Amino acid sequence: MKEKPDNNQQLTIQVEELSKHFSHFVAVDKITFDVQKGEIFGFLGANGAGKTTAIRMLCGLSAPTSGKARIAGFDVYRQAEQIKKNIGYMSQKFSLYEDLTVTENIHFFGGIYGLTDKQLKSKTRQLIGDLGLEREAKKLVSSLPLGWKQKLSFSVAILHDPQIVFLDEPTGGVDPVTRRQFWNLIYEAAERGITVFVTTHYMDEAEYCKRISIMVDGKIKALDTPSNLKQQFNVPDMDAVFYQIARGAQRGDKNPAA
Amino acid sequence: MRTLKFLLQKEFRQILRNKTIRMMIFFMPVAQLLIIPLAADYEIKNINLVVIDHDHSPYTQKLLEDITASGYFKLTGYCSSFREALEQVKKDEADVLLEIPEGFEKNLIRDNSNKLFIAVNAINGVKAGLGSAYISSIIRKFNEKILTELIQPDRFNREQVIEITASNWFNPEMSYHVFMVPGILAILVTMVGGFLSALNIVKEKEAGTMEQINVTPIKKHHFIIGKLIPFWVLGNLIFTIGLVIARLVYGIVPAGSLLVLFTCTSVYLLALLGFGLLISTFCETQQQAMLIMFFFMMIFILMGGLYTPIDSMPEWAKVISWLNPASYLIEVVRMVVLKGSDFRDVVPHLIKLSFFTIALNSWAILNYRKTN
Amino acid sequence: MKSISRQFSNQQFFSFVRKEFYHVMRDRKTLLILFGMPVAQILIFGFALTNEVKNTRIVVSDYANDPASRRITERMAASNYFDIERRLVSHREIESAFKEGTIKLALIFPAQFNESLSHGNSAQIQLITDASDPNTANTLVNYASSIIRDYQAELNMLHSVPYSIIPEVRMLYNPQLKGAHSFVPGVMSLILMLVCVMMTAISIVKEKETGTMEILLVSPFKPMLVIVSKTIPYLILSLINVVSILLLSVFLLDVPVNGSILLLFAESTLYITACLSLGIFISIKTATQQAAMTISLMGMLLPTVMFSGFMFPIENMPVPLQVLSNIVPAKWYYIIVKSIMIKGTGLALLWKETLILMAMAIFLLTISLKSFKTRLE
Repeated sequence: MKEKPDNNQQLTIQVEELSKHFSHFVAVDKITFDVQKGEIFGFLGANGAGKTTAIRMLCGLSAPTSGKARIAGFDVYRQAEQIKKNIGYMSQKFSLYEDLTVTENIHFFGGIYGLTDKQLKSKTRQLIGDLGLEREAKKLVSSLPLGWKQKLSFSVAILHDPQIVFLDEPTGGVDPVTRRQFWNLIYEAAERGITVFVTTHYMDEAEYCKRISIMVDGKIKALDTPSNLKQQFNVPDMDAVFYQIARGAQRGDKNPAA
Repeated sequence: MRTLKFLLQKEFRQILRNKTIRMMIFFMPVAQLLIIPLAADYEIKNINLVVIDHDHSPYTQKLLEDITASGYFKLTGYCSSFREALEQVKKDEADVLLEIPEGFEKNLIRDNSNKLFIAVNAINGVKAGLGSAYISSIIRKFNEKILTELIQPDRFNREQVIEITASNWFNPEMSYHVFMVPGILAILVTMVGGFLSALNIVKEKEAGTMEQINVTPIKKHHFIIGKLIPFWVLGNLIFTIGLVIARLVYGIVPAGSLLVLFTCTSVYLLALLGFGLLISTFCETQQQAMLIMFFFMMIFILMGGLYTPIDSMPEWAKVISWLNPASYLIEVVRMVVLKGSDFRDVVPHLIKLSFFTIALNSWAILNYRKTN
Repeated sequence: MKSISRQFSNQQFFSFVRKEFYHVMRDRKTLLILFGMPVAQILIFGFALTNEVKNTRIVVSDYANDPASRRITERMAASNYFDIERRLVSHREIESAFKEGTIKLALIFPAQFNESLSHGNSAQIQLITDASDPNTANTLVNYASSIIRDYQAELNMLHSVPYSIIPEVRMLYNPQLKGAHSFVPGVMSLILMLVCVMMTAISIVKEKETGTMEILLVSPFKPMLVIVSKTIPYLILSLINVVSILLLSVFLLDVPVNGSILLLFAESTLYITACLSLGIFISIKTATQQAAMTISLMGMLLPTVMFSGFMFPIENMPVPLQVLSNIVPAKWYYIIVKSIMIKGTGLALLWKETLILMAMAIFLLTISLKSFKTRLE
């Protein structure tokens, strides 16, 4: 019973009333939004607002309790494995193999996404060249500084040219210069037509997104372009927008945008 | 298939790069095979004997000579009173007390009969049982010697005697090493395979790479097989090293065919690794996985017939040993190495092991969830 | 630093300990195993592991089939040591039965057994054993021989043996020769070692691996207190284990506690201190959980199993190993527990062992504190 991917090429992520309950706790409460192809979509929220749970559902790591979601045209309930072929994922926890070298990691992840030897070879050369890691290619990943690891991790996540890449707080603990470089990588990916779905705590990064949503207590409280949101709340920057929306939060840290 | 190739490449690289595992491959066989057989000598000897001699006659001298000459007992001292001797038992310095009453020799000849008092420290039941049996039989022989000295030989000869000859096959010298080493080989494979496989997936869970794997289109059975094969190779490698050590150090050469031996070990390893992977799908932390594996290892080893025969266990314990894959390997390795059993003899074991392999691995695959 | 840490009261220390407790209590699987382990070991050692031979399958190959051979066979069947199959077998058949593992002993009566016994006053019985397991083989031969000898004694019907020495044997402390008396103390030393060394080491190293250790160390709290508060839950778990082992052994195995319980707990605390110090020491010296586990397993658990004296007899070991066994704390603890529980010995006779154990605990505590300090600088 394989369903054909949805023909609506414009929307790569369609979410309708999606919820996740853990026994009596409602982690995600009927969220609804769409993301367009090639869009950089910012997914904001205080700690504990339910961002990670939502992203895990969209990636097929966690089964939703109710609601609908189609990722790259595939249904999250029945076609989780199809979805996995078409997405990339990078979590807040660094997740390449520390005890493999840079090249070995690229080969491994490329390999299990089904790249041919020829593709692997050229992609590896290109990736290492782009990141300027020629000298580190044969070193263990554990020996790289965190910023480089994150950039490498992102590049590996989009190695197989997925339709969408999910980034869960990709720049946590990284210095401003590296963050800027990281966002350059994100822009390049978006230009290649990859949809970027990113969660972050940095409000300057929120400004880089085409549209953002802000989640509070499992619900989406705001969804628009950064400039529209600033206008709507009549404040000068995203920090203030976020503060206005999130201060009523019941769970998580009371201190937003830590 | 191609996915599997990449998985295997990755696992092998990680294993070979891991210092702890490298150390284990070398250190475990050496430590277990060299030290445990040295320590596991259950022959009862060197029993500490303290004598309370109230008689000081030539007979008691002769009796004591017989006792020390047997090689089982070490005469550690004389005491003048039973109470004093008991103190030595309390301090763990004496195992057996022999009290010879005053006038022992005189009364024996006059009254035709006399008593000797023996007290045994019975905290260690086995040692006490054998120790008292030994000393009783020495006294009986001593008694027979006196009899022949004191009475006419012809009357003694009219007794009907049944001569018992015992021949001990496969291990004529009754060496304990010969018995233990093959069993330890099986334990070696069990410990290395069990712990490594149980910890492996959990380690990926803790490091977060598991989640990364779960968002890729890897098939569950590919992932499990990719984890299984490297440890399977490792297990066979360690078994080989163990066989070499057994040959070089103890001169134990398998009497049966290596093919039978490796076939059984290979099937067993698949079952064991499946079990390890199953445990690691249940656990979130390495500490948990390790402790749970430790628990099962303990049961596998103790209930596997390594130290005490399964035949003498009570029924409920026998049921546990049927469910214990290690008991089959311990038995098979002993059969093939010591008795030269062939394929026909081990078929029942192989069938059971295959059953374990299929059951445990299917369970592990089913229980490994990419989505939760 | 010092003045700040002084401000932190006992209450805060206890709140810290409470946090550690939550960690331990929340992990139900681990907890289940920690409490299940002693119970399982007591059951296994108490009931399953015995060298006793019962219902062993043997073949009686009776070429005589006369009254004497039949009577001996009947007697063997009547004892519950043997499960007898009467069948004429060749040596080759015996060998293949051994190889299949179906029998352990073959007993062979030669033809005219009775005749040679009653007329020639002497007859032979051949016992063939599968000596790949020498212990069992030995025991089987002993049982069979004693049945045959009894029969022989009855045949001869000696009215009364002159000049006979009658040995009177008394089994001290454990008249029924139960195995439990020697393994209960052994299980105690093993379980405490496991909980204190391995669990402590791993739980501390885990904090190092996840980086939470750094956070704790920069808190205005004496670093050593951080470590100590991590060990307290395991200390309490261990004492609970001691209690449960004692209860099981008294009520399930009928192993008495003859000596002072207070002394037993004091000595246990001493041993636990030594073990916890070892655990801390290992955690300081290792960086990964796997390494901590390997070292605790190979360096601590194996020696404990080997040298405590409850599984392997120390007096039979080669001299270097016997010497080595003296540095294993479990050996001394085992002797102490055995003496207090079963012999009812008091401190008067155990001061030497106690001093050794105390010296070990102090030594281990000192080096672990020292290496912890150098680590910080």
